[in-house]
Amino acid sequence: MQLSHIALFAAGGLLYAGFCPPRQRGWLLMIASVVTLYWLQPTLTIFYLDFALPTATLALALAVWWVTRPPESPVSREDRLALALLAGLVLALSATRYLAPELRPTASRAPDVPPVALALLLLGLAGWALRRLFGARHGALTAALIVLVALFIVLKTPPLATGLAAALRGLTGQNQALAAPLDLEWLGFSYVAFRLIHTVRERQMGKLPALSLREYVTYSIFFPAITAGPIDRAERFVRDDRALLPGANSPDEKTAPRLLTAPRLAEAGGRIGMGLFKKFVIADSLALLALNAANAGQAQSAGALWLLLYAYAFRLFFDFSGYTDIAIGLGVLLGFKLPENFDRPYLKNNLAAFWQSWHITLSSWARFYVFSPLSRALLRRKVSAQAAVFLAQMATMLIIGLWHGVSGGFIVWGVWHGLGLFAHKWWSDRTRKWYLSLNQKPRLKTAWTAAGIFITFQFVTLGWVWFTLPLETAWRAFLGLFGIAS
Amino acid sequence: MAKWDWLERPPAPYTPGFLARVLVKAALLFAALNAAFALLDPLPALGQLSLYNRLFPGRPRLPYSEDPARSYNLSLWNLNAMLESHEVARPKAAGEFRVLVMGDSSVWGVLLRPDETLAAYLDAGGYATPDGRTMRFYNLGHPIMALTKDLMLLDAAMAYQPDLILWPVTLQSFPRGQQLEAPLVQHNAAAVRRLIAAYGLALDPADPRLLDDSSLDRTIIGRRRDLADLLRLQLYGAAWAATGIDQFYPETYEPRRSDFESDAAWQGLTPETGLPEDFLAWDVVEAFFARAGDVPVLLVNEPVFISSGQNSDLRYNFWYPRWVYDAYRSRLFERSQADGWPVLDVWDAIAPDEFTDSPVHLTPAGSRRLADLIAPILLKIAEQP
Repeated sequence: MQLSHIALFAAGGLLYAGFCPPRQRGWLLMIASVVTLYWLQPTLTIFYLDFALPTATLALALAVWWVTRPPESPVSREDRLALALLAGLVLALSATRYLAPELRPTASRAPDVPPVALALLLLGLAGWALRRLFGARHGALTAALIVLVALFIVLKTPPLATGLAAALRGLTGQNQALAAPLDLEWLGFSYVAFRLIHTVRERQMGKLPALSLREYVTYSIFFPAITAGPIDRAERFVRDDRALLPGANSPDEKTAPRLLTAPRLAEAGGRIGMGLFKKFVIADSLALLALNAANAGQAQSAGALWLLLYAYAFRLFFDFSGYTDIAIGLGVLLGFKLPENFDRPYLKNNLAAFWQSWHITLSSWARFYVFSPLSRALLRRKVSAQAAVFLAQMATMLIIGLWHGVSGGFIVWGVWHGLGLFAHKWWSDRTRKWYLSLNQKPRLKTAWTAAGIFITFQFVTLGWVWFTLPLETAWRAFLGLFGIAS
Repeated sequence: MAKWDWLERPPAPYTPGFLARVLVKAALLFAALNAAFALLDPLPALGQLSLYNRLFPGRPRLPYSEDPARSYNLSLWNLNAMLESHEVARPKAAGEFRVLVMGDSSVWGVLLRPDETLAAYLDAGGYATPDGRTMRFYNLGHPIMALTKDLMLLDAAMAYQPDLILWPVTLQSFPRGQQLEAPLVQHNAAAVRRLIAAYGLALDPADPRLLDDSSLDRTIIGRRRDLADLLRLQLYGAAWAATGIDQFYPETYEPRRSDFESDAAWQGLTPETGLPEDFLAWDVVEAFFARAGDVPVLLVNEPVFISSGQNSDLRYNFWYPRWVYDAYRSRLFERSQADGWPVLDVWDAIAPDEFTDSPVHLTPAGSRRLADLIAPILLKIAEQP
């Protein structure tokens, strides 16, 4: 998101909060989210792919909504209306190809309306056929999970992504030798996929409430959170969504909550302003000297490398948490209380606390859907508690690493944190009594906490070396930080 | 005591009146700050605040870059900030004999590492004056071809107590018509006008190329680019200190041309028109010597690439037809005789292989050779009481 996008979102949010009839709020949010999906999609070199990928996001959301619907819940009139509106929006967006380039909301000139209509029809038929094929609900949920994970793996694994890009280039008659993973830069896919997987797993566990198609699509691609999260939970999101409707919090069915209130404006303005400052002033300034593949090899001393690395650590935090503040602020303006993603992570005195305060929604997601089920399964198989925790922590951190991309650096980063978390647990299990005794010695406890903050920050910061640099460069830089030349 | 997150968590719910008051006060404060900024014009003073030579080492050459992200450097127009980021801004040590090396991109050192420039090789020579002072050389070259830019930089650099000034020049910096072409000159209109008035330069102080700021331009909003440049210069200081890099070095570059079209024209002049007396800005050279005052100046006609390729009988190189360069050299000789300027003419002293991407940019070996040629003359000047 650039400043112009954020300004437009904020202005649109104000108009929405002030003038949108309460009954239309949900619809307007879905429309805005769909248009934003196309608007923010980066331009791609493969013909029409920057139109096809947002359309595929919608198709995925629709398909997963279909399989996660409670079996007993009928398709309502509102769902049919939402489906028609989605199809109409995609067709309308393709029709913008006739507008002047500066007026088009799509990344590049969209394909013509008839082929888009035909593609939508084929997608619908394919969905119907799959529905017939996977009559059993459980099989459909598993299939959805497999498709989402497979797509994720392909997109995040450079050789596979390059192969897919080459295949797509072959279809469009473009030079396959130029295929690269960046050909498949799919706006918000990482976040959308994890939201969809969340709903599939919640449905499998019988916890997902019945969602209308409109609610589901809006949840999946909610525009303030499409580029950088947070990864909300569906039931929480829908609670906010339904609270916007008339009669939600009042016995009078015509009364809807007012959105344009001073506390809401103050909260939204404060968060957006804070986010803008963090992202565009602090993070973008630190970016001038943050560690990267080029300057890692140019640093003249270990001290210089540490300077670049600290700049990177703070840049990453302010960039990401700034975007989160903006998303939360925009959410407040629209009537949603999106979950917090950061809680002063660099001031935590141990690694477990760090992961409870850094990218909170992703780590919670991984805890719910990887750590907990895996550790339970291992314990059921009579694996020792210590081994179960170690394996589950390692798997969880590897999944978090791989969520960023399937590469050696992210794997090492995941292992680094998996080992760190395990070491922390091992240590805290053995020092718990002593630590509790520190309550009698406040000065020592303060000093111990300060040391914990310092060590945790150093550990996390060292981990960023693997996160941000290609593996070979990372290894050299890592050694260089300790004055060892490789 | 208020918690640190007071911005995010107000103690009491906001009311519309409170919000309106905050907005009005913020708008008034912002307007007042902008007005005060426009009135005080603190940009030159802000330029003197620098982390260089304090937190980071000073830069060995002036800030300049067309590719800031890869060179950890940038071009800006604030002369104070430029000079304060340079190592020349360090306090002059006792026993130091300070030599400023002014000039164009060949002095600044395009494609050369900081320790491969003319100033760096002279500095590495470890020369001393007869009275035992150590000669320290400072590269104040700037990659723009205009004598006025050199005069303007000298005017600002005189505050740094030079003992001698070395000024390599080439014909390309002389045409009067391009004295006000350089953005650095255009963005420092007040300084240039002051010099025009002080030394009676034959340049138009009302030239539209000199950029005058309106009142709005002088507000914080109007100066946002300049303010951001000041901040970026400081931030790049950290990257410069960490890497020692202040220029992007491409793996390959297009070498200077050796073959030319059969064309003897230069800046609209031909052998038939000749080189009119007022075509070159000799008055700026006079002003340079005048501004240096008692500080001796050695003017160097810097080496140029001499081609032996196609049509080299017409042209020395891509820039200079033979006739005009010869005319310039003889004019330079005459002026130096008439005005008593110390001039060292080393125009043909460097072998053609030692030129890189332009007729004046040297390789490290060429740069070292030039330093070896200049050093004895400088030592002679430094010997004079």
